[in-house]
Amino acid sequence: MKIVVLVKYVPEPTAVWKFAPDHTLDRAAVDGRLSELDEYAVEQAVRLVEGGADAEITYVTVGPAKAKDGLLKALAIGGDKGVHIVDDAMHGSDALATSLVLAKALEKVGYDLVLTGMASTDAEMSVVPAMVADRLGINQATFAKSLAVDGDAVTITRDSEAAGLEVKTQLPAIVSVTDQTGEARYPAFRQIMMAKKKPIETLSLADLGVGADSVGSGAAAVKVRSMEPAPARQAGTLITDDGTGAAQVADFLAARGLL
Amino acid sequence: MSTVLVLAELTPSGVRPATLELLTAARALGEPAAVVVGPVADDVRAALAKHGATTVYAVDAPDADRYLALPKAQALVDLAGQTSPAAILITSGTEGKDVAAKVAVRLDAGIITDAVAVASDGGTVTATQAVVAGSQHATSEFTRTPAVITMRPNATSAEAAPAAGEVQQMSVSTADAAQGGEITARTEKAASGRPELTDAAVVVAGGRGVGSEDGFGVIEQLADALGGAVGATRAVTDLSWASHDLQVGQTGKTVAPNLYVAAGVSGAIQHRAGMQSSKIIVAINKDPKAPIFAISDFGVVGDLHQVLPALIDQVKSRRG
Repeated sequence: MKIVVLVKYVPEPTAVWKFAPDHTLDRAAVDGRLSELDEYAVEQAVRLVEGGADAEITYVTVGPAKAKDGLLKALAIGGDKGVHIVDDAMHGSDALATSLVLAKALEKVGYDLVLTGMASTDAEMSVVPAMVADRLGINQATFAKSLAVDGDAVTITRDSEAAGLEVKTQLPAIVSVTDQTGEARYPAFRQIMMAKKKPIETLSLADLGVGADSVGSGAAAVKVRSMEPAPARQAGTLITDDGTGAAQVADFLAARGLL
Repeated sequence: MSTVLVLAELTPSGVRPATLELLTAARALGEPAAVVVGPVADDVRAALAKHGATTVYAVDAPDADRYLALPKAQALVDLAGQTSPAAILITSGTEGKDVAAKVAVRLDAGIITDAVAVASDGGTVTATQAVVAGSQHATSEFTRTPAVITMRPNATSAEAAPAAGEVQQMSVSTADAAQGGEITARTEKAASGRPELTDAAVVVAGGRGVGSEDGFGVIEQLADALGGAVGATRAVTDLSWASHDLQVGQTGKTVAPNLYVAAGVSGAIQHRAGMQSSKIIVAINKDPKAPIFAISDFGVVGDLHQVLPALIDQVKSRRG
């Protein structure tokens, strides 16, 4: 079986993010990391192999040169090889273009099971897995809280607004997993060193047969027009409870018509 | 005026409030048409019409209860072919995002999720998202139509604007419906009598500071006194003090109620991302340095197990 995990190198959530004049994230100016939410997908892939699946694990990422560090982190957790799609033409791409490139990459790499995180921690759209599945015309099982693979049968659990669901589908399929599937392990120093010896293939858009005119800001159906700080929340009144704290909260709520 | 398709969601008691918010938002972009997958009862039609739906499409999609996302997506794609809408609005949520993703690919349309506002600027649709853990508002424009947008519940308020609400029947067959995943078991959430977390006007959330599963009970009691929903931090759901579907934050629900009470919540960035659009935030925490206080309109440094029971008494006596 071929397991492919789609991963993203994102800015550190706690860093100060900078934006370029075209309102794209200035990825060179911010320290990055493998998206925390993708680590859960990496962990699930590694657990499937540990659980006896006869599978090869490949990581695929799209991003600038530094994104290779995200592949190395994933390879330190486990797995076999990485594919890094680097192309300046990707700058300003929207989700349509990203899903197109990932679908082409998956066709080239080959796959039975594709795993992803539930969202990236930068754009947080949560739509790329479903978009890639549609482009490939394959099954999906998204927002999994748990994942079981038995032969070609994939079973997940997930939450909807009103109910908990069990969802089944068949391989080949894309599965996106939530943080409920289980924490990723911390790689040991030895694994971090070994990861550097694992193969990472670098591909351009031309290697994937994707024209530069179908990606990037020129092709984008969505463009960021402005970026403004959210209305700043001011710290309001802060009191120390002296026995009247509850009454003061109640006064505060009553004054705002909330009681 | 262009049509704006709004995917309606129904609950056992009628139309989900978030759908009425979408109809209200849609009026800024064009003429709203509600899309109901399933039969349309009279009270549902009336509620949709009252909030501006000129047309109510009643879609017969027999697969919609069995397969996720694709039957609904195909209904919207088919209707987009007939109506050339300016925009397609869907409520944010797991299935909503899947539906939007499928629609965007099939129509080669731009997509924005978790919008907090939409507007039309000389015919160009724009959508505003809270990004970078809610610290920035990014406004994007769609360079072509339709604009596929999922909106967060409670981002706007529902306002009535009566329209015809003429029902049109249609049916959809989705050859590839199974690709969305087959629902093989469904466990309805235990009826708590409380409002749905993402739709609630009041949310009372507990963090690790509640101390134990028993300690979490006071959160539920205050929520009930205020008629609100119960929320929790990831630490609390990881400890199984509260069920995972109550988690507020980056990997849980995003809420924007009129009042958010955070008790024993330190205010980690992942939690703040899910609640900082709340209109009023009240926090109770032992640690005066807790980051939650920096975004709270009213903060109490103190023991939540002292403050909340007293607050419950205050609420009950003042509400009579």
